[in-house]
Amino acid sequence: MAHIDIIGHQLADSLKKHNADYIEVHLEESQSSHISYRGQKLESINKSTAVGGNIRAMVRGGWGFVSFNNLSNLPKRVESAVKQAKLVSGRKSRLAEVEPVVDTVPSGMDSNPVLLPLADKKQLLDGYNEIIWSTPGIQTSTINYGDGHKKTIFFNSAGSYIEQERMDVTLRLAAVATDGNDVQQVGLSLGSRGDIEAIRGIEDKVEELSKRAVELLSAPQVKGGKYTVVLDPVLAGVFVHEAFGHLSEADFVYENEQMTEIMTLGKEFGGASLNIVDSASLPGLRGSYKYDDEGVPATRTYLIREGKLVGRLHSRETAARMNEKPTGNARAINYRFPPIVRMTNTYIEPFTTSFEDIISDIKEGVYAKNWYGGTTSMEMFTFSAGEAYMIRDGKVAETLRPVVLTGNVFETLKNIDAIGNDLDMNQGGGCGKGGQSPLPVSNGSPHIRIQNCLVGGK
Amino acid sequence: MEKILAEARKVAEEAEVFYFSSEEIPVHFEANRLKYIQSKQTTSVALRVIKDGRIGYATATNKKDVRNLVDAAVETAQFGMKAEFEFPSPASYPGIETYDHAIEEVSTEDMTGLGEEMIAAVRKDTPDLQCEAEISKSTVSVSLLNSRGGQADYRLSVFGMGVEGQLTRGTDILFVFDSQSSSSPITDTGTITGSVLKQLEYAKNQAFIKTGLMPVIFTPLGVASALVQPLMVGFNGKIVLEGSSPIGNKLGQVVFDKKLSLWDDPTLEYRPTSRPCDDEGVPSQQTALIEKGVATSFLYDLQTAALAGTRSTGNGGRHGGMPSPSPSAFIVSAGDITFDDMIADIREGLVVEQLMGASQGNILGGDFSGNVLLGYKVENGKIAGRVKDTMVSGNIYQLFKDIAAIGSEARWVHGFLNTPPIYLSAVSVASK
Repeated sequence: MAHIDIIGHQLADSLKKHNADYIEVHLEESQSSHISYRGQKLESINKSTAVGGNIRAMVRGGWGFVSFNNLSNLPKRVESAVKQAKLVSGRKSRLAEVEPVVDTVPSGMDSNPVLLPLADKKQLLDGYNEIIWSTPGIQTSTINYGDGHKKTIFFNSAGSYIEQERMDVTLRLAAVATDGNDVQQVGLSLGSRGDIEAIRGIEDKVEELSKRAVELLSAPQVKGGKYTVVLDPVLAGVFVHEAFGHLSEADFVYENEQMTEIMTLGKEFGGASLNIVDSASLPGLRGSYKYDDEGVPATRTYLIREGKLVGRLHSRETAARMNEKPTGNARAINYRFPPIVRMTNTYIEPFTTSFEDIISDIKEGVYAKNWYGGTTSMEMFTFSAGEAYMIRDGKVAETLRPVVLTGNVFETLKNIDAIGNDLDMNQGGGCGKGGQSPLPVSNGSPHIRIQNCLVGGK
Repeated sequence: MEKILAEARKVAEEAEVFYFSSEEIPVHFEANRLKYIQSKQTTSVALRVIKDGRIGYATATNKKDVRNLVDAAVETAQFGMKAEFEFPSPASYPGIETYDHAIEEVSTEDMTGLGEEMIAAVRKDTPDLQCEAEISKSTVSVSLLNSRGGQADYRLSVFGMGVEGQLTRGTDILFVFDSQSSSSPITDTGTITGSVLKQLEYAKNQAFIKTGLMPVIFTPLGVASALVQPLMVGFNGKIVLEGSSPIGNKLGQVVFDKKLSLWDDPTLEYRPTSRPCDDEGVPSQQTALIEKGVATSFLYDLQTAALAGTRSTGNGGRHGGMPSPSPSAFIVSAGDITFDDMIADIREGLVVEQLMGASQGNILGGDFSGNVLLGYKVENGKIAGRVKDTMVSGNIYQLFKDIAAIGSEARWVHGFLNTPPIYLSAVSVASK
């Protein structure tokens, strides 16, 4: 790994010589391995290495950006980023002031998951696949395992020089059941900051999801319409990410007067017990880090406190434009992209209500669990549950086919009328924005209840 | 590449080297103004080996790192799938033009100019519209070499542009957008801006739609966002082989309405999805998937085809990993009814331009369900305005059994789909 260190130190000293307001460089070295199963057999197994980097330059508010795999002749690439920025210049953009940082951040892990023997990883996955296949009625299965180790070097013309290392482990399992015409599947996603133990010992869960896939074949589909909906911590985490998290990313707002007006700090979005936080500074979660990709220290940011909008997520550029403090939320999925404003670990803070109390007075409603996906257009959002049940007379009743929920953020947050006491963070998520996907994030929440939620169906 | 192949052959029975490099220049506009000029240089090399009958695979960005690449591929081969295929021997490839030298002459200033032109055109009568736009050009070069003498080299040029507008009134947000791509430089912005202006016009008023089953027209953008993905999965040879495609055992049977024909076509001149051969060196061909409602073929790569006892359709695609069956460009044959006539036919119904989150559900089973990000209510044969807080759900295997009409005006959408509007007579719509 000495390669990018040498290049980095050589280049760092020369950045100030260029005629630009700001220049930053990212260099990255990564290794990864992937194992996937389709059906009973391992289908593909591969190992990858990548070396690359980028240079971003700002001249009078205009940005130039150059990315590359070929690390030779980088001073010339700096020149070309500066030249591009000059062509764009003339915007009013500037960057919020931050103190230059020189730091080295180790991964915090004792062992690198990429270097573990492939045979061990295969043995673990074989075990899970056998559980899925031993379930009567299963047609097929898919398993995708990935691990990675990444070292990044960030430096800029203001004197920052930050080395960070991170590891990552993800596992997604799905069981597929068919009965001739109909196909149903149930999946599970897990992840960790490189600790493979996080994906061991889930045999019970794998067995349960396999059985559920078969059960879904005979489950009815919900009738489309408005329901009182209870979300489990996993799905409520996706909900807070989609329904509110993206709207709090300042790049959707900072150059748009009308959006700025909608997102005025102090505005009421929900009830007094609603608190929403984004924090990269929580230790050990998949969205955690010490410095973002602009070298800004991670923070803990309240987005909503007691129902009112109190903060938003910033890059240096959006913070300067809105005269707010940078929050350290500029992230890039890899060196091929410039950093943009992203979430990290986003969650609804727990309140006091127990799950039993949340459902006890629901006559007819939907209990939706587990995520399948979600997306947002800021005003409107939609997300889908991997599992769903009717709630009848205060009790969880029959299993339903998976449901898709949709809503309008400005109404739906106000319709949350119960927040549970059981916060749980999900590590299996990946977020997409601006062509950069999947970025490691985590989402969480306690159980929540939403009134008048639109559910798609027959 | 020759060196990697030679080193790999020393330790494995068979080997294949795939090399990809690209230079891309995207020019990006944000908040109606130029924001970024970028240039992106990418290289990657992939080595696939067959050792002791098993497949091993490794990739790297640096093709000079031969030792590590060969070692990693050999290491994975211990656990890899049994190879059921042979790498293709030298073949003659169809002569398809995929590179237009004119792309080299397009300057960043030209691209900036196109962006400014698009934004000015769509904002002309809607000055509050906040636009993002991207114009990009790229050149790609692909080389492939295998131990049976198979070899391919080709270049690809891609030019793309798109514009998205956001109109915010109170807490109401409207999105309009369109994009276009070609292997040749696009100089006329009128197609995209014309389409976006039409969206703005249709969405000018708000309309309220009831919950229930009703006629729904999916525009080409709507087909791409809601309907095409389940088909791409359902016709994937690998899904068929596992038995999880609902049409997997229905080859030769009428599965859809006889108005529907669909094929995959990587042989069209100057399309970004075209290439002389697939990513395994199998010659490109047109593959009919649905002919007048009858399921006629599935898409295969080498390994899947061998397992299924059939031939590769030249659809081995790499998306950062091992080749697997992948569509190139889906073409839906045009019908004979204009979009305006479809609208005129509807007393009360919906036009879907964009369904948000449609592919989150059970795609494998053919389900789609999403929030109408952009769609219009039809009232008494006319477009009445934009609908909001509305979900559309259905299952393509049920709905495509009976298609009310297929439109006459086909177009490219997102570069990978050429389709006319599709009109279905009873689709589930849920609204507040």
